[in-house]
Amino acid sequence: MLKFLTSRLLTFIPTFLGVTLISFAFIRVLPGDPIIVMAGERGLTEERYAELMTQFGFDKPMIAQFWDYFVGVLQGDLGQSYVTKKPVWDEFFALFPATLELSACAMIFAILLGLPAGVIAAVNRGKFFDRALMSTALIGYSMPIFWWALLLIIVFSGNLQWTPVSGRIDLIYYFPNETGFMLYDAFVSGQKGALWSAVRHLILPTIVLGTIPLAVIARQTRSAMLEVLGEDYIRTARAKGMSPIRINGVHALRNALIPVITVIGLSVGTLLAGAILTESIFSWPGIGKWMVDSIFRRDYPVVQGGLLLIAVMVMIVNLLVDVLYGVINPKIRKR
Amino acid sequence: MSDIAQKQPSRPSALAEFWYYFRENRGAVFGMWIFIGFLILAIFAPVLVPYDPTEQFREHTLQPPVWAEGGSWEFVLGTDPLGRDMLSRLIQGAQYSFFVGIIVVSVAATGGIFIGVISGFAPKWADTLIMRIMDIILAFPSLLLALVLVAILGPSLTNAMIAIAIVLQPHYVRLTRASVLSERQKDYVTSARVAGASKMRLMFITVLPNCLAPIIVQAALSFSTAILDAAALGFLGMGAQPPTPEWGTMLAEAREFILRAWWVVTFPGVAILITVLAINLMGDGLRDALDPKLKRS
Repeated sequence: MLKFLTSRLLTFIPTFLGVTLISFAFIRVLPGDPIIVMAGERGLTEERYAELMTQFGFDKPMIAQFWDYFVGVLQGDLGQSYVTKKPVWDEFFALFPATLELSACAMIFAILLGLPAGVIAAVNRGKFFDRALMSTALIGYSMPIFWWALLLIIVFSGNLQWTPVSGRIDLIYYFPNETGFMLYDAFVSGQKGALWSAVRHLILPTIVLGTIPLAVIARQTRSAMLEVLGEDYIRTARAKGMSPIRINGVHALRNALIPVITVIGLSVGTLLAGAILTESIFSWPGIGKWMVDSIFRRDYPVVQGGLLLIAVMVMIVNLLVDVLYGVINPKIRKR
Repeated sequence: MSDIAQKQPSRPSALAEFWYYFRENRGAVFGMWIFIGFLILAIFAPVLVPYDPTEQFREHTLQPPVWAEGGSWEFVLGTDPLGRDMLSRLIQGAQYSFFVGIIVVSVAATGGIFIGVISGFAPKWADTLIMRIMDIILAFPSLLLALVLVAILGPSLTNAMIAIAIVLQPHYVRLTRASVLSERQKDYVTSARVAGASKMRLMFITVLPNCLAPIIVQAALSFSTAILDAAALGFLGMGAQPPTPEWGTMLAEAREFILRAWWVVTFPGVAILITVLAINLMGDGLRDALDPKLKRS
């Protein structure tokens, strides 16, 4: 196990270096001088320009610049935003809870519906219910989620007036932002209706972001269950006269879960990509919207730092999934 | 006895065999017909469009489709906020989507297969180097990386296609390499090597054709990813630029009218969904027909 862990960790390091190099190279190949971009329309005198070049280290050779950047990254220094002048690191972690809250809700939504749907479809293989569920899953899988979001807004916010169109909570509520998790903060604030307002704001974005993972989980659960249901120990359990619920729900599902967990872990990248679209549409103040806004504002340190942090996060999750997989399935470790 | 021997059919060609298994999956065949229908629309778009997709009919802005109140046969699917015919724009949009799909898949697949085969045959250090580079690209969420690449290159449909091709490429590299590694150990490869086949011949003539099945399936599936991502980039304002009638860009332009004119939002999305769904149905069928494990069971 230790050997397995070390080998996984060793592949992590070069990838991390590469990811840092890419996000560093990114700001250097952008059209336009970063100092001039920073100065904006006011313009600069030549002395001030030279001064800033030295201050930001742009006059040093490229290798030295990369080294400075890399050392900074290791210390959590990702530079500061051109627009807000705040450190990128602080901005990222101030907005991250919003994205985490939304992604977690979307994932819970996807798992709660996807797992049972996959199991039921597998148990009723070939019947109407299976076909209907799997057709729906394929539609969900093919869904352009930005359009899906607009449709849901038309129906639930426009026609029915059930849910708000954007934001995380109604503006009439105000309480200190303690953890950044709106559901928790609203609950703790004790203000009447605040929690309900936060929940109502979460519903549509959760459905939109959770749709593709839901379809993927349902499909994966179904195929994993079908494989397991053909095994001998299921036949034995049936022969022993166990109830179908116990057989399908406990014996089969537990063994079918291994590939499903992998799929769930790997959808973290998909979720973050989906968060870009979902947050932009619903004006959800999280990482995805922050990145898109920064790209449009040409706030390069933010784009650079955000890109790096998101990639590192995806890498860490993938590493955890890998390790978890090794824990659940000892066969993998031996390889 | 000889009678029976004569009646035995000859071994069907690979294509006939493939078609036999593909046909069994009704969803896949259905998807294929829809795909062909859209392809015809895309090819003959300039002839089929009732109006010029960029022509603005100022007296007919936001006219509903023919079956809704206030609609007319003049504009079957209604008009957009600038008075342009929705039907014409959608048909023209089919052309852009197929164009994006075909170019992106060709570029990503060609590059990916080439690198993958090389990686499968290369010495260990080169193989490791290539795979680490692919890991690095895969560490970024695809849409985010594409978005940032387009921000560097400048927003346009061409740059969006380049970005999506770069993002999709590692999948082909990994898939090709994995197949090459398992094929390489088989006897027919050893015998070809013993017979004196050059490395190039081994790589691209002996081994590669036997690795194509999973790559074809991947090509079908990434065709739909390409269309979706291009539309998403267009929707975010980083893909095709207005007034290009690309489906995602059309959705972005229609966003502010969603509560007033449902048709300007609904139709481009339906077009994207149906195209992607048809391709995914076809991809599922391809996988079932080409996967030897499932095939003969």
